[in-house]
Amino acid sequence: MLSPTLITVALAAAMIGALAGVLGSFLVLRGQSLLGDVIAHASLPGVVAAFLISGGRGFFAILAGALIAGALAGLSVQALRRGAGVKPDAALGVVLSLFFAAGVVLLTLAQTRGGSAGLTVFLFGQAASVLRADLVPMALVGGGVLVVLALLWKEFQFLAFDPEGARAQGLPVARLEVLLTLLIAVTIVLGLTLAGVVLMVALLIAPAVAARQWVRGLAPMVWLAALFGALAGTGGAVISAIGQGVATGPVMVLAAVALAALSLLLAPERGILARRNRQAQARKSLRGRQVLAALGGLGADHANPGYAGDQAMLDAYLGADAGPVLARLQREGYVRPVALAPEPGARRWELTEAGRQRLEAPDA
Amino acid sequence: MLDAVALMILGTGALVAISGALLGTFLVLRGESMSGDAISHAIVLGIVLAWMLTGARAGLVPVAGAVLAGVGAVFGAQALARSKLLGQDAATGIVFPAMFALGVLLINLNARNLHLDIDTVLLGEIGFVWLNTVVIFGIDWPVAGVTLAAVGALNVAVVALFWKEWKIAAFDPGLASALGLRPGAMGFLLLALTAATAVAAFDAVGVVLFLAFLIVPAVTGRLVAASVGGMLAVALVSGLAAVGIGYAAAFRADVSLGGGMALATGLGLVLALVASPRSGVVAAWVRRRALREEGLVAVLIAHLAAHEGTAEEAEESGPAALVEHLGWRAAQAQTVVAAALDRGVIRREGERLSLTEAGRALARAEVRRNDRRRALAD
Repeated sequence: MLSPTLITVALAAAMIGALAGVLGSFLVLRGQSLLGDVIAHASLPGVVAAFLISGGRGFFAILAGALIAGALAGLSVQALRRGAGVKPDAALGVVLSLFFAAGVVLLTLAQTRGGSAGLTVFLFGQAASVLRADLVPMALVGGGVLVVLALLWKEFQFLAFDPEGARAQGLPVARLEVLLTLLIAVTIVLGLTLAGVVLMVALLIAPAVAARQWVRGLAPMVWLAALFGALAGTGGAVISAIGQGVATGPVMVLAAVALAALSLLLAPERGILARRNRQAQARKSLRGRQVLAALGGLGADHANPGYAGDQAMLDAYLGADAGPVLARLQREGYVRPVALAPEPGARRWELTEAGRQRLEAPDA
Repeated sequence: MLDAVALMILGTGALVAISGALLGTFLVLRGESMSGDAISHAIVLGIVLAWMLTGARAGLVPVAGAVLAGVGAVFGAQALARSKLLGQDAATGIVFPAMFALGVLLINLNARNLHLDIDTVLLGEIGFVWLNTVVIFGIDWPVAGVTLAAVGALNVAVVALFWKEWKIAAFDPGLASALGLRPGAMGFLLLALTAATAVAAFDAVGVVLFLAFLIVPAVTGRLVAASVGGMLAVALVSGLAAVGIGYAAAFRADVSLGGGMALATGLGLVLALVASPRSGVVAAWVRRRALREEGLVAVLIAHLAAHEGTAEEAEESGPAALVEHLGWRAAQAQTVVAAALDRGVIRREGERLSLTEAGRALARAEVRRNDRRRALAD
C-alpha cells in the first residue's frame, strides 16, 4: 500500500498544495484569480521550448522555461492593458489563448523527436511522473518562495488589502506587484507536473477561498489555505495514484473545490447555512414581536390591558398563520390562551406579565 | 496543394473564424471575454454527461448538454459572486475548472466506451476533419464543417436580427433595459450561442484554440475600428487571414494546423498594436512627436517675443542663442525653426529670426493665458 512512489507523490502534492494555497490567498484578495489561469496556460510553450532546447525533462530546465513564458505572459497582460488600453478581461483572454496556441504548435514540433511522449503530462498532470530526485529541488525552490514572502510580509499584506494606501506610503507598488506575480508564477510552475496547466488555477484559488470563509486576517488565512491545499493535494494525488489511469490534476482540483464548497456552506460566521439560519432567527423574533405588539395594541384600543385578542385577527394582522408563533410565545411564557364561554371554537390570547414587560423593553 | 483535403480543412477553419468573430465582437464589448474561457472549458462536462445519460455522442443532445453546462458555468459563477463570499474572478476560477476537472475525470473513467480523447478535447485536430465526412448533394463534406456551418448560419441570423439591440445592450445596459430590450435575455442568448459554437468547434480546433478565434480577432477589431460594424469587419478579415496564413505556415513546418491557425490570429493583433491609426504604437509616436514639436515651437515664439524690441534682440534671435540659452541641440533647433517657418509664425532674414504678425498674436495670447493663470493662483 505505502509504496515509495506513493510517499514521493504524497509529499510532493502536500508541498505544492500548501504553497499554492499560500500564494493563491494573495490572488484571491487582490481579485486577480484569472491571472493565475493565464500564467498557468501560458507556461506551456515555455515547458516545451525548454524541452526542445535542453533535450530532456530536467527539473530546472523545465522550471526556467515555464517561468520565462509565464512571466512574459504576465507582462504582456500588463502591456496590453496599460499600453494599448485593452480591457482587463480581453487582455487575459488574448494572452492565454495565444500563448497556449504557441504551446500547442511547439508540442507538435517536439512530438517528432524521441522522449517527448511525457510532455502531454503537463496538460493535466500525472502524479506518477514526479521523480524522487525532484523532491529536494522542489522543496528548495518552494522554500525560497516562502522566504521571500516572509521577508516582505508587511509590504505584501499592505498590497493585498490597500494598494492605494501602499502607494501613498511610498512603497514601490509596481515592483512589488511584479515580484508577487513572479512568486505566483514559480508556484504555478512547480505544480505543473502534478496538476497540469489547465487546472492549476483551481489549486491556487480553491484553498484560499475555503480559508477565507473561516478566518479573518491575512496570516490565519494563509496558514489555513496552506493546510487546505496540502490536504487537497495529498488526497487527490493518493487517490489518483491508486486508481488506474486517472489523471492527478482533476482529482486534486475536485478535492480542493469540495473543500471550498463545504467552507462556503458551513463556515460558522460567513457560511451560507449560518447566514440562512441567522435570517430565519431574525424573521422569527420579528414575528414574535409583531404578535406581541398587536396584542398590546388591541389592549390599548379597548382601554383594557388584559384584553384577549382573537387568533383570526392576529392571522390577518400577520398576513400568515399566527398559530406557530403564538405556540412559541406561549412556551416562552409571553402569552396565554383564554377560553371564553360564548364562543368555544374561537381561540383568544392575552399577554402575560412577562409579555407586557417584553413589549415595553427597548429593542434588543 | 489545394486539394479536397486542404479545402475541407481551410473551410472548417474559416467557419470557426466567422462564428468566432461574430460572437467575440459582442463578448469583448461586454467585457465577458473570460466567460468565453469558462464556457469553452465547461462544455466538456456537458458533453460527457449528455453521453452518460442518453448515450448520444453526436447530434443535438450533446449540444444541448454543452449549452446547459456552458451557460450554467457563467451564471453559476455570477450567482456565487452575488453571495459576496468571494469575488467574481475567484468564483469563475473555481467553477469552470471544477466542471472541466469533473468532465476530464469522467472521460478518464469511461475511456474504453467513450471515444473522446482528452488531448483532442483540449487541442482538437483540424488536420483530421476529412476523415469523418457525410455525403450531401453527392459531395463529401466534413461533418465538423457541416455542424459549424449550421451553427454559423444561426449566429449570422441572430446577430443580424438583434444587431441594434445587442449594440445598445453592450454599451449601455441601463438604456437597453429602459427601452424594454431585456439585456439579461440578450446576454443569455449570446452565452448560449457561444456554448453551441464551442461544441461545434471543439472537434476541429479544441476548446482553448477556439478561445483564440473568439477573442483575439475581436480585440484586434476593437483596436482598429471605432464602430461596432467596423470592429466586426476587421475581426472577420483578421480571423480569416489567420486561417489561411496559419494553415500555410503550419503545413510547411509540419506542426499542429489548429495551433498554427490560432497562433496566427496573433499576427493581426500585433499588426494592429503597431500600425492601428487609433491606438497603434506608430500613431501614438507620431502624435507624441507632433505634440512635442508644438510645445517647442511655443517656446521659440515666447523666446523671440520676450526679446523683441530689446537691446539683445539681435543676439537672442540667432541660431547660436537657441543652442546656448534654450539648451537645444543644434539639429533640434533646426527642426523647430523649420516647423515654425512652416506654420508661418516666424520669418528668417539671413541668420536672424523674427516673429510674424501671426506669431506675435500667439505670443500675446500665451502671455494673457499666463497672467490669468497667475491671477487664479493668487
